Amino acid sequence: MSAITRDEVAHLARLSRLALTDDELDHYATQLDAIIESVAKVAEVAAEDVPPSSHALPLTNVFRPDEVRPSLTPEQALSGAPAVEDDRFRVPRILGEEA
Amino acid sequence: MTVETGMPYAEALDRFEPVLGLETHVELGTRSKMFCGCAAVFGAPPNTNVCPTCLALPGALPVANVMAIESTIRIGLALNCSIAEWCRFARKNYFYPDMPKNYQISQYDEPLCFDGYLDIEVDGKPVRIEIERVHLEEDTGKSTHMGGATGRIHGADYSIVDYNRAGIPLVEIVTKPIPGTDRLAPEVAKAYVTELREVMRSLGVSDVRMEEGSLRCDVNVSLMPRGASEWGTRTETKNVNSLRSVERAVRSEIERQAEVLSGGGRIVQETRHFHEDTGTTTSGRSKEEAQDYRYFPEPDLLPIAPDRAWVAELKAALPELPSAKRQRLKAEWGLSDLDMQAMHNADAIDLVEATVAAGAPAADARKWWMGELARRSNETGVALADLPITPAQIARVTVLVASGALNDKLAREVLEGVLAGEGSPDEVVEKRGLKIVSDDGALSSIIDEVLAANADAAEKVRSGKIAAAGALVGGVMKASRGKADAARARALILEKLGVSE
Repeated sequence: MSAITRDEVAHLARLSRLALTDDELDHYATQLDAIIESVAKVAEVAAEDVPPSSHALPLTNVFRPDEVRPSLTPEQALSGAPAVEDDRFRVPRILGEEA
Repeated sequence: MTVETGMPYAEALDRFEPVLGLETHVELGTRSKMFCGCAAVFGAPPNTNVCPTCLALPGALPVANVMAIESTIRIGLALNCSIAEWCRFARKNYFYPDMPKNYQISQYDEPLCFDGYLDIEVDGKPVRIEIERVHLEEDTGKSTHMGGATGRIHGADYSIVDYNRAGIPLVEIVTKPIPGTDRLAPEVAKAYVTELREVMRSLGVSDVRMEEGSLRCDVNVSLMPRGASEWGTRTETKNVNSLRSVERAVRSEIERQAEVLSGGGRIVQETRHFHEDTGTTTSGRSKEEAQDYRYFPEPDLLPIAPDRAWVAELKAALPELPSAKRQRLKAEWGLSDLDMQAMHNADAIDLVEATVAAGAPAADARKWWMGELARRSNETGVALADLPITPAQIARVTVLVASGALNDKLAREVLEGVLAGEGSPDEVVEKRGLKIVSDDGALSSIIDEVLAANADAAEKVRSGKIAAAGALVGGVMKASRGKADAARARALILEKLGVSE
C-alpha cells in the first residue's frame, strides 16, 4: 500500500504552520501511514455497487430560512482573542519581510 | 518594485491574440449570512455581525441559507446554465486570517450551476460569452494591514480583522476561456461585466455595487502569437473594482505581456493586482502563497439536490432579462440602436423607464437624463442614478413644461435647484419664482418698457416688418429673465403696435 513519505508530512506541516522536528516528521510519517493503511481496508470490502460517500446520513437539502438571529456583542466576540485593536482581531504579520 | 512599461496597444495586437477569462464574485443580498443567522449588511461597526458559527468557535455547525441556494439557482437559470441534480459544498483549506476556520466553505468539482452563456453586444456585434460554472461559497472577513508605508499587506507590521463580512453568501461566476475577441478584448470584458451586473439587478439578488465590493471581478489574460493555436500562459488580475477598471486592466495586461513576450521573456502564471491610480498591474506573488487547497467534501453540510419542480418554478418566474427589456423599450420608445446603446452606456435606461412610469413622455424623459443630467454627472463624477434627483421629480418637471408653466430654460433652473437640495420641483419654482409670466397685466408693463427702449424696432414692426418683432420678444425675455411666456408676449407686442400676422 501507499507509504506516506517524510516529505509529504513536511509539506502538510508547512501548510498547517506546524514546526516539526526531524524526529517528529519520522514519527508522524509512520503513524499517518498506519492510519491510511487501516482506512484503505474499507476499499477491500467496498464492491462496485457501493458508491463512495462523504456523509453518513442519507439526507439532502437541509436548509434554514433566511432569517436574522441575534449576533454576539463585539465584547463577547473578541473575548477569546489574544490581541484586539479597534474592535478587531489583531493578528501577527501575515507575509514575511522578503515578500 | 519595478515599473514595467508595456508595448503600445495597437502594436501588441498586431503581434498577439488575447484570450480572456473572467471570474466574477457577487455578494448576495440575503438578510442573513450563508451558514448562520448573522445579519448580512455592509458598513456595520466591526465584529457586530458575528456569532459562534462564522467565528468558527468549537462545536458550531453551519446550516445553508435556502434563499442563497435559490438565488444561485436563479442566477444560473438567467445565465442559461444547467442546474446540478446533486452537488456538495467543499472545504477550501488555506492558512490566512481572513477566515477564522482556516478554510472557506466553497464548491469544488460539483458547482450548483454549469454550462451556460450570456449574450452581449460589443461595437454593434453580438458576442456569446460561455459560462463554465456558477457556484456558491462564503465571503471572507476584511483585513486592515497596519504599519508599513503603503497600508498593503507587504511591509505591514501586523493586521487587524473584522469578520462581519465573513460568511456572507458569495456567488462565483466563471466564464470559459474567451478567444477571438481580438482588438475588442477590453471592451468585451467590460461589456460582459456590465451585462452581468444588470442581470443581477434584474434578478434582485444583489445590489452589485462594485465600489462597496458586492461585485468583484478577476480578469484572466493570456496572449499567443498571431496564427498560433496554443494559448499562452495566463495571469489573473485581482482588485478590479469598477467597470472602467475592467477595461483598463485588460488593456494594461495585454500591453505588459506583449512587451515581456516580444523581449524573449516568458509570462509567469501568477496573481497580479490592479492599481486604480496608475491603471497598471503589479505582481501579487508571494512565496507564502501556497496553492494547495486540499479540497474535500464539507462534512458539516449535507448535499444539495434541487427538486426539479422547484427549479422549473424558479425558471418560469424569472423576470424579463435586461437584453429582452432593452429590445422592448427600444421598440416602445421608437429609438435607434445607437440611441439605445448610448442610454445603455450611460446607465440611463432604468432611470428613463422609471421617469416614464412616473408620467413623463419617453422623449422628454430621455432628453433630460441624457442631456442636462448626463452633463451634470460627467462634470461631478457622480453616477446618474446617484444624482440627488428622482425620476418622479424629472417627470414632474416635464409635466410643468407640457402645461406651459415652465419653458425649457426655466425647467433647467428648476433641475438645478432640485440638484442643489432646494426641495421638490414645485418648491423650487415657488422659492425661485420661476413660473412663466403669461399674465397680461405683468407682461404688458414689461412690453411697454421694451417698446420704449427699442423705438427703432417698434417702428419697423409698425410699418409692417413683422420679422423685427423677434428682437422685441427677445427683449421681453431678457427683461423678464426668461420667465415670460414668449408666445403671449409676441401676440401682445403685435397688438400694441397695431399689426397682425
